[in-house]
Amino acid sequence: MAADPFFEFLCRMGDNTLVLGHRVSEWCGTAPVLEEDIALANTALDLIGQTQMWLGLAGEVEGKGRSADDLAMLRDAWDFRNVLLTEQPNGDFGQTMMRQFLFDAWHVAMLDALTRSTDPRVAEIAAKAVKEASYHVERSGDTVIGLGDGTDESHRRMQAALDLLWPYVGELFVPDSVDDAMAEAGIAPDLTDLRAAYDDHLAKVMATATLTIPDSAFAHKGGKSGFRHSEHLGHMLTEMQWLQRAYPGATW
Amino acid sequence: MYAQMVKSTGEGVKSPEDMTAEERAFQERIDAGEKIEPKDWMPAGYRKTLIRQIGQHAHSEIVGQLPEGNWITRAPTLERKAILLAKVQDEAGHGLYLYCAAETLGVSRDELTEDLLSGKMKYSSIFNYPTLTWADMGAVGWLVDGAAIMNQVPLQRTSFGPYARAMVRICKEESFHQRQGYDIMMKMANGTPAQKRMAQDALNRFWYPSLMMFGPSDQDSVHSAQSMAWKIKMNTNDELRQKFVDQTVPQAEYLGLTVPDETLAWNDDKGGYDFAEPDWSEFFDVIKGNGPCNVERLAARNKAWDDGKWVRDGLLAHAEKRAAAKVAAE
Repeated sequence: MAADPFFEFLCRMGDNTLVLGHRVSEWCGTAPVLEEDIALANTALDLIGQTQMWLGLAGEVEGKGRSADDLAMLRDAWDFRNVLLTEQPNGDFGQTMMRQFLFDAWHVAMLDALTRSTDPRVAEIAAKAVKEASYHVERSGDTVIGLGDGTDESHRRMQAALDLLWPYVGELFVPDSVDDAMAEAGIAPDLTDLRAAYDDHLAKVMATATLTIPDSAFAHKGGKSGFRHSEHLGHMLTEMQWLQRAYPGATW
Repeated sequence: MYAQMVKSTGEGVKSPEDMTAEERAFQERIDAGEKIEPKDWMPAGYRKTLIRQIGQHAHSEIVGQLPEGNWITRAPTLERKAILLAKVQDEAGHGLYLYCAAETLGVSRDELTEDLLSGKMKYSSIFNYPTLTWADMGAVGWLVDGAAIMNQVPLQRTSFGPYARAMVRICKEESFHQRQGYDIMMKMANGTPAQKRMAQDALNRFWYPSLMMFGPSDQDSVHSAQSMAWKIKMNTNDELRQKFVDQTVPQAEYLGLTVPDETLAWNDDKGGYDFAEPDWSEFFDVIKGNGPCNVERLAARNKAWDDGKWVRDGLLAHAEKRAAAKVAAE
């Protein structure tokens, strides 16, 4: 267990948005339609903005003088605390939007609860981020519905995306000692409390999308604890951190 | 603007005596500084030239996302990443306004897109050059957006209303992009020796391609003469290129960088710099498809369009199902 669960928790929030924001930004200029290019860039931009706030606060709480950029660009994979869902590759556009929806639906519920955090700094960040996340979940949910209930091909691809990503949902809700400490301090909600509303939300969207939620409670884990990330994260960091690693000490 | 060598009627400007009554009345409105709106009568050549020009400009915004997208995932800080994302998002937005402006002339976005993908319509030559270091993000903002602004600012007064209004919005964002680009160059030029080297290298590679953005001299071009009479084009290519050089050279000096032109010298008589012309044979090679990145850029756009077909089809099918369900419910 880490020395400071508050720092760990803030890294979880910030690494989720950093890693997912990076993934979404990989779409730049290659979306299926111009409006989606704009929307994806906008989503990535919001997530990177939230990263600056969460990791900024993490550095402050840690008290070792590390900035948000230091945390983003100079930690190796084992120190990243994002859930495995966010580091999964983009796949096709359907897979990207399914990943987004599965995350957004959790994110908006989490941020909403965090607006009532006992830590005013957390509540303040959450209040700003929840507005963006509400818009994200509306858009990703609509896209999942439109493509799930579109053509045979789009339906097939969306079902495949849901089947592929479903085992990564559970990690969002299974508390560990960091989550327990945060809940006890009133800084963050009990994650298990968020699950019922999430399941309802998903059931509604997937029903309208004519998609079937897999009948399995299996959940991969190891992302938010940092114990065992997927192979994908290291490659992402190789690209993301390259300039800072190749030219140490430079300012940009 | 990112349009180069836009063809007009090719017949030169008609004298008032040779014009029909409609053409004469149209020209008088333009001479009086009035805006032409989509439903107004306009000569077929005016419509066609505008579609070519606005279409080429829109395509340039779309293809222009690619050289910058090349660095979004490698941006060195969170702030730089956010700024670059915002910039690329703006560019996609510019593409959208411009396609909308073109649509008011009776051509659909899909038709224009297909002409881009087949290579029938062009985009600016500048986006066929690679972005090789982070300093290129600075150089693109400073030089490429700087050159675009030279053209776009006067186009805010262009005769076609929807185009002029799109340009007003675009100019505000472009000048912000240019400042951001210059800010990157400042950091690099005042940074470590490696960063300075990157900055100089970026200027070396982007200087002449930026000068080419204005297109070859068009003082004798019948196409340009007609476009200028219609106020679709507001200045000659040489005028704008001169203005760009005059503005940019002191900025390079301030950065402590060297413009890669040994002939560059201030000319008191003309109140501007004398400078070397770019290699126009390289320009024509790029226009013909032989630039360093033409093949990749078009392939990337074609792949995005082809890979996205199932998404467009799916969303369309869903919208039709919903519309049908709504009708059935009524």
